[in-house]
Amino acid sequence: MKLPFDEMLDASGKARPHYQVFHNWLKQQSDTLMGLKRAEADLIFRRVGITFAVYGDDLGSERTIPFDQVPRIFAAKEWERLEAGLRQRVKALNRFIYDVYHEEDIIKAGIIPAEQIYNNAQYRPEMRNVNVPRDIYAQIAGIDIVRAGEGEFYVLEDNLRVPSGVSYMVEDRKMMMRLFPDLFQKYRVAPVEHYPDFLLECLKSVKPDDVKKPNVVVLTPGMYNSAYFEHSYLAQQMGVELVEGKDLFVKNEQVFMRTTQGPERVDVIYRRVDDDFLDPLAFRSDSTLGVAGLLSAHRAGNVTLANAIGTGIADDKSIYPYVPDMIEFYLGEKPILNNVPTFQCRKPDDLAYTLANLDKLVVKLTHGAGGYGMLVGPASSKAEIEEFRRHLITNPDKYIAQPTLALSTCPTFVESGVAPRHIDLRPFVLSGKTIKMVPGGLTRVALKEGSLVVNSSQGGGTKDTWVLEE
Amino acid sequence: MLSRTADCLYWMARYTERAENTARMLDVNHQTSLLPQPAEFLEQSWKKLLTISKLEKLFLEKYDVLTRENVLDFMIYETSNPSSIVSCLFAARENARVIRGKITSEVWETQNTTWLELQRILESRKQTDQSRLLEWVKHRCHLFRGVMHGTMLKNEAFYFMSVGTLLERADNTARILETKYEDQAALKILRKDKEGKLVDGTDGNFFDFYHWAALLRSVSAFEIYRQIYSDQVTPKQVAQLLIFNKQMPRSLVCCVNELIPLIAEMKNQQSKEIERLLGKLKASLDYSDIDEVFSQGLEEFIEEFLERINHIADEFSNTYLIPLAVA
Repeated sequence: MKLPFDEMLDASGKARPHYQVFHNWLKQQSDTLMGLKRAEADLIFRRVGITFAVYGDDLGSERTIPFDQVPRIFAAKEWERLEAGLRQRVKALNRFIYDVYHEEDIIKAGIIPAEQIYNNAQYRPEMRNVNVPRDIYAQIAGIDIVRAGEGEFYVLEDNLRVPSGVSYMVEDRKMMMRLFPDLFQKYRVAPVEHYPDFLLECLKSVKPDDVKKPNVVVLTPGMYNSAYFEHSYLAQQMGVELVEGKDLFVKNEQVFMRTTQGPERVDVIYRRVDDDFLDPLAFRSDSTLGVAGLLSAHRAGNVTLANAIGTGIADDKSIYPYVPDMIEFYLGEKPILNNVPTFQCRKPDDLAYTLANLDKLVVKLTHGAGGYGMLVGPASSKAEIEEFRRHLITNPDKYIAQPTLALSTCPTFVESGVAPRHIDLRPFVLSGKTIKMVPGGLTRVALKEGSLVVNSSQGGGTKDTWVLEE
Repeated sequence: MLSRTADCLYWMARYTERAENTARMLDVNHQTSLLPQPAEFLEQSWKKLLTISKLEKLFLEKYDVLTRENVLDFMIYETSNPSSIVSCLFAARENARVIRGKITSEVWETQNTTWLELQRILESRKQTDQSRLLEWVKHRCHLFRGVMHGTMLKNEAFYFMSVGTLLERADNTARILETKYEDQAALKILRKDKEGKLVDGTDGNFFDFYHWAALLRSVSAFEIYRQIYSDQVTPKQVAQLLIFNKQMPRSLVCCVNELIPLIAEMKNQQSKEIERLLGKLKASLDYSDIDEVFSQGLEEFIEEFLERINHIADEFSNTYLIPLAVA
């Protein structure tokens, strides 16, 4: 098998132009020093409390997400193209969500079969003909991108519900600046710390029409959620309240929060709670994380939810194969970013192909997330493959399959020194009055040698992501 | 501000103050237990530590015998004891974590570092020097208050934390005073054997001195006492200092006086009642003196004070921390 694309070194082992300076610098750093810097980073993350709770442990056991100090660097040109592709994709996805809850042009045009929408658990009939400000449903999108070669990027997944990780993007940058200030004199790295400003601007721009000065809040499931740090971080950085479901109530289809000075109206909710738990009256009745009546307030247009209810219809893996078609259908443009070729196991031909090639493919649950419920063929044992085969045959509708991509690698500081590890990228796209992004995103790295799973829940780490300025 | 946020700020401060006061009491008891005294009295003084916070029952569920080691263990480490130092520091930190966006990162990092250092201490618990540990707890709590005063905006968040600190402190000072007076009464009986003769080692002023000196130390007031009275340590003056001295940061009057302007800053539609209760309490302290307290009976006075200050704490909760009814 040919070696995966290395972000730093070309096939002959020479540093690529945009990595040249870093490569020289890295050669001068001893492993001991790098080890000390890593320990320092871990200590700081702990003291500052950038941690997530480990479930089931008493007296608050917490872990940090491993931080790697070798940055992932993009040259300006390469990023420009990626950014254009991301903007295009998110624009089309928002148009699609609007469409499936209104005119359904894309179904009428025969591009997506109706049953793919209506039979999807992520489709929310409650949102039919409900208008949301600026027709934007996914204000915050996290698009997972991988590279397989020079200029060869693929979108792996669109996260349009409650994508997380942006706080690590900002904190990793702060950490790099703290550990290696000299590097930032050698490189002009585009800043990312203004993300919370963009986010607030975006949230305010989707306020309900009749509100002048919108009151924005962040809704969290609470301190035991693994992303609690991020929720509290974003609320603090934006200077808005961080609320839990129990802090809110709905009266006359309006949302209020309970304050020390009495009830206070809430206009925009950046919610980090899944649809299912948002409103016990409309969805799961056993949810204690939500607010009774929230859906009715949302439908009445008195409160904006970011992201809106029902965006899951567009990031479901069974809808994913249609995204390039959506781009052409809604925007009349050629897609800039590629999809990974996808076999839909609900189709007999695709299923047959998948079953015959399980050892070469990656098979995923259409509703899975976080790296659960998936099979990486080349990395799995015979027994694991056979077990998966049984699941596939029983429930083909629930799976898709994709060729195993040779994800690019980036040098990473591991126990044996600096060695290549597979990475991906999650840029964050904000859609409000305009579409805005900060350059780069969160680079996730699979710390285990050869592993392709970068999720933090599966032992992945993060890296600072640099987009160089011309 | 969200009522829930206010609640966390208030309890973060209260638990920190409680951890400190528990550390003070344990330290003082530990020091006095090194003095020569009858075994029964010694046991009595450890028992007092439990009754002061109504923890006797919980203790007996956990331990068979009441010994110095067991009480220290229970009051420092036991997580089923909500007043143990570990529980208080944990609760303070958990509350801080929930509202870390509402306190400065310095305050948060102080609370978080305290908790992280405590983890290390717990890992090597067997080798831990108790006195140093208690000293450390006090220092960390001092640091918390210092960082809070030095970095936070003097806004609503600051007021909620201050109110938590002061209510807890008033409660703790009153309780310490009460139990030490009960001790004193118990001591008078213990001192004499069946024939009414004095028991060895409990004779004379020497023991009294240490007893009262310990009480003063537990509220950082020994040196203050010397400075103010330049006199022998007498029960009446100790009580006067801890109840009525306006300059003594842990006296009851001082706590109440500091609460009044804070509450005035925090007015809402329901705060009339708490202002009235506080004003009344202040007036009754202002127009009383130590002679009147002693003629009423100190225990009775303290009981009444505790009742009133806890009523104020409840009223405070109802006014600010439990969300106002839907308007």
